Amino acid sequence: MKSAFSREAEGPPIIEFRGIVKVYGAGHAAVKALRGVDIRIAPGEFVAMMGPSGSGKSTCMNIMGCLDTPTEGTYLFNGVDVGALSRNQRAILRRNYVGFVFQGFNLLSRTSALENVELPLIYRGVSAGERHAQALEALEAVGLREWKRHTPGELSGGQQQRVSIARAIVTAPEVLFADEPTGNLDTARGREIMELIKRLNVERGITVVMVTHESEMASYAERIVRFLDGVVEEDNGRGKGEGT
Amino acid sequence: MLWNALLLALREIRRNVMRSSLTILGIVIGVAAVIIMVTIGNGATARVTEEIASLGSNLLILRPGQRLGPGQRSEAAPFDIEDVEAIARDIGGVFAVAPSSVQPATAIYGNLNWNTTVTGTDNHYLTVRNHVIASGREFSENELRAGRAICIIGETVRKELFGSQDPLGGKIRLGKLSCEVIGVLASKGQSMGGSDQDDTVLVPLRTLWRRIAGNQEISHIHISAREGVTTEKVQRDIELLMRERRRVSAGEEDDFSVLDMKEISEALTGSTEVLTSLLGTVAAVSLLVGGIGIMNIMLVSVTERTREIGVRLAIGALEREVLMQFLVEAVVLSSLGGVLGIVLALAASSVLTDVMRVPYVFDPWIIVIAVIFSAGIGVIFGYFPARKAAQLNPIDALRHE
Repeated sequence: MKSAFSREAEGPPIIEFRGIVKVYGAGHAAVKALRGVDIRIAPGEFVAMMGPSGSGKSTCMNIMGCLDTPTEGTYLFNGVDVGALSRNQRAILRRNYVGFVFQGFNLLSRTSALENVELPLIYRGVSAGERHAQALEALEAVGLREWKRHTPGELSGGQQQRVSIARAIVTAPEVLFADEPTGNLDTARGREIMELIKRLNVERGITVVMVTHESEMASYAERIVRFLDGVVEEDNGRGKGEGT
Repeated sequence: MLWNALLLALREIRRNVMRSSLTILGIVIGVAAVIIMVTIGNGATARVTEEIASLGSNLLILRPGQRLGPGQRSEAAPFDIEDVEAIARDIGGVFAVAPSSVQPATAIYGNLNWNTTVTGTDNHYLTVRNHVIASGREFSENELRAGRAICIIGETVRKELFGSQDPLGGKIRLGKLSCEVIGVLASKGQSMGGSDQDDTVLVPLRTLWRRIAGNQEISHIHISAREGVTTEKVQRDIELLMRERRRVSAGEEDDFSVLDMKEISEALTGSTEVLTSLLGTVAAVSLLVGGIGIMNIMLVSVTERTREIGVRLAIGALEREVLMQFLVEAVVLSSLGGVLGIVLALAASSVLTDVMRVPYVFDPWIIVIAVIFSAGIGVIFGYFPARKAAQLNPIDALRHE
C-alpha cells in the first residue's frame, strides 16, 4: 500500500541522475561505460535495470549505491548532491540509507549468519543486545532464524543470498541495491529470492534497484530500464517518476 | 570506536585461526631466536672472562717436547727435580715453581669408585693454579719430604666418593696405595679446554713417584711470575736455562715448550668475541627470516582481505574504522607472539645455559629490541596492505582478484 502511495507521490525522487558519465582508464585505453545517463527513481519504486553485459547497467547501479564515483554529471540522493560529499560522508550515506545484495553474496566466510547480519549494526554503533535482537528479526524476515549459528559454508546458495538480504535490510535502508541477486541460483531458488525482495518492497516500502539480465526476474519489477552501450535505451517508467 | 574495532579484530582472529597462529609463530620464532642466541653468547663470554680471571695471567707451564707435532712429546726427556730447583734459584722474577707428575688412576672408597687423575706435586701447585683449600689443610713439609700416603681431593671426586659424608680422615685407594684425605679443594668448574678442574686428586710428588708411578719423572713445571714482572722476560730466561741444562746445541730446536697462559687467554678472549658476533649474526638472520615469514602470511592474505574490506566499506564502514580494526588485529597478534616468544626464550635460555654450563646473563635490552623489531614487522605488514585496500573505491575492493 505504502509503495503504491510513494510511487505516485509528487515529492522529490530518491535517486536522480543528471548526465552521468563514467570513464574507466585514460587516454587510448579509456572505456566509456556510461555516456550521459538521466534517471529519476521515486521512493518505493521497484526498478529492474537490464541490458547486455558491458551496457553500463552495473556501473550505473554502483554509482547509485555510492560504491563508485561518476566521472561527470550530477547525482542527487534524496536531494543531496553526492558529488559534493567526502569519502567518509559517502560511507555514512551507505551505512544509513542503503543496503546491498550481490551476485556472489559477499558474506564473511567462517562467520555465522547472525554475525554477518550484525555487521552493519556494529558500524552503526548499536549496542550488543539491540544488535542481537535486530539481527534475529532480520533473519526471521528471510526465514532463517533457525540457521543463525551456521556459517556460509554450511548454507545453500539460496540460504546465503537470504542471509545477505537480511544483512542488507537489518538497518532498515531506504534503498536496496541488488546486483544480479539470482545470478548464482537455480530458477526455483531465484524465484524465492525475488518473492522475498518483492515482499520487502511492498510491505516495507523499500525502494529496490536491481540489475539483472533474466526477463523473468525483471518481471517482478514495475519499471524496467534497458541499457545499451552506456545509455538508457528504453525506460517504461519514464514519465511516471518524472515529476517536474 | 576502539571497542568496536577490538570486537571486530577478535572476531577476525578467531575466524582465521590458521593465519593468526602462523603470524604468532613467526613472531615467536623471531623473538625467541634472538633472545636465546644473545643470552648464550653473553653467557659464554662471561664464562671465559671468569676463567681467565681464575687462571691468573702470570702463569707459565713448562713441558717436555714441542708444542707442535704430536709425536715429539714422548721422545723428549721429562724433567727432574734439579730442573725445578735451578729455575727457582737462577731465574729472577719467579714467584713460585711447582713440579708435577700426572697419572690416571681409579679412586676407590668403600664400594664406590671413580676414574680420575692423580697429580703428584707440592704446595706451590695450589698457589700457581689458584686453588683454594675449602676444608682441611695443605701438605706439611715433613709429609712432602717423606712421601706420606695423604691426599687433597677435588670437589668432583669428593661428591662422587663421599656424597654427604665428611671426607676428611677418610681413606681412599689409588691403585695399590691407600691414602688419607687431608683436604678438599674449592670448586673451580670447567677449564677453558672443557676439562673438569675439580676432577683431581693431589698427592705429594714423592708419594706419586714411589707408590704409583714407579719413576722419578716430572711431566710439567708450573711457574708463576712475580707481580710487575712480564711473563715474556721470565719465559725467555727459562728457555735459555733449559736449553743449557738439556744440552740443546745452537741451531737445534727446543725439546721442551713454555706455554704462556696470557697468550692463551688472549686467544680465547678473541675467540669468544668471534663467537658472540657469530651468534649475533645468526640471531639477526633468524629475526629477518621470522620477519619475512610474517610478511608472507600478511601479503598472501591480502587478496582475501581486500574483498573483505570491500564488503565492510559497502555496508558502511569508514576507512578509519577498517584501519583501526586491522591495526588492533596486528597489535594483538604481535603482542601475543612477543609475549610467547619471551616466555619461550627465557625458558629455553635457562635450560640451554644450564646444559652448556655457562652463566645465565639476563639482558633486558635484547628483549626490547627483539620484540620491537618483530612486532614492528607484524604491525607494518598487517596495517599497510590493509590501508592500501581501504583507500580503494569500495567496488574496486569488492572486485579485487
